Amino acid sequence: MVVKVYGATYAACPLRVMTCLFELGFQFDLIKVDLQSGEQKQPQNLLRQPFGQVPSIEDGDFKLFESRAIIRYYAAKSASQGGTNLLGETLEERALVDQWMEVEVNNYNPLIYTMVLQLVVLPQQGQVGDMELVQDCKGKLEKVLDVYEERLSKSKYLGGERFTIADLTHLPNTRFLVEEGGMEDLIKRRKNLHNWWLDISSRPSWLKVMDLPK
Amino acid sequence: MTIKVHGSVFSTATLRVRVCLNEKSLDYEFIHVDLRSGHHKQDSFLSLNPFGQIPAFQDGDLNLFESRAITRYIAHSYAGKGAPLVSSDAKKAAVEGVWAEVEAQRYEPPAAKLTWELGIKPILGMATDDDVVKAQETELEKVLDVYEPRLAHSKYLGGDAFSLADLHHLPTLKYLMASPVKAVFEARPHVAAWVAEIMARPSWQKVLAEC
Repeated sequence: MVVKVYGATYAACPLRVMTCLFELGFQFDLIKVDLQSGEQKQPQNLLRQPFGQVPSIEDGDFKLFESRAIIRYYAAKSASQGGTNLLGETLEERALVDQWMEVEVNNYNPLIYTMVLQLVVLPQQGQVGDMELVQDCKGKLEKVLDVYEERLSKSKYLGGERFTIADLTHLPNTRFLVEEGGMEDLIKRRKNLHNWWLDISSRPSWLKVMDLPK
Repeated sequence: MTIKVHGSVFSTATLRVRVCLNEKSLDYEFIHVDLRSGHHKQDSFLSLNPFGQIPAFQDGDLNLFESRAITRYIAHSYAGKGAPLVSSDAKKAAVEGVWAEVEAQRYEPPAAKLTWELGIKPILGMATDDDVVKAQETELEKVLDVYEPRLAHSKYLGGDAFSLADLHHLPTLKYLMASPVKAVFEARPHVAAWVAEIMARPSWQKVLAEC
């Protein structure tokens, strides 16, 4: 069964899902939702995602939204079928993977999301972004990245010695930081963090997603 | 005692872990972290949570932080004990996971800000910012407008059984239902019924009694 992914190739959360599906070898079709024209807020999309956002998936009759719930489901499905395990083997490993997924939600994503709004979205809408807010976020992000650097000095990946969804979930936001955000130096200045970023961003699944036509 | 929770009595994230332990009838040692004296920023605590936040959790040798990762660990690790908080069916668990993400990504931001303004600031003797309350109440209403139809055809947020998706809301509900903001919950009948039901759970009542 080919999974239908509703989203766009230039939006962070759909990228999270598509990378995961490539990693695990689950085939999917991307059905484009035109975010610029607000298609995500139209009734048809609200039926799939009641908050009017992307992505959502349809796998036969089974439907989900929230990119992190989607990747958790497919990671669990793959692991339970004896396929690629991106969750962790033991309960303790899985707990550490969950922990760093939560860190991304609570400590990483909000700062980056705010910066995306000020640096990309508002200018696209003809408004001026708040650069003071961006600097404030950057300052907070430095402290967060110091914690990541310390973590990655002790283990190869965030959840442990293996690549898991805890690392994968960071790909879209970190890409923004390095590209539109123009803040690659935040990563480069931290040796372990930099090596981790080079490693995960050179994975075939991510390169494939980056190659998808915009 | 093998399970330890480091946190504070008022902290919503700490409450989240405690109610989860109660659902599983698990004993634990509660270690108070003195936020006012900055204990959470000292090395001894940073070794438990490098972000200097509460709670931190220990189960034997395992050390975790992030309340929603801790509750997930408890739910899986003690699956056979007390109430099941995660479905054993993969698809049902995934749908519960969707609504757990909704709680964290959509409900929590306005709920946390309202909790701070209306619940915590008064305890600390600080003034509530009415503009923030007004703005966040509007945001919360947008979220509850999605919850209402969901709860019209689903007994609990995640499906037909109580799960972490519901449990994660309890700590902020503690403050919001004791504030004027309770009106936005009460204005939506299915949401109101769900709130009343989950707050009546013995595990939650036990946490309140311990506060």
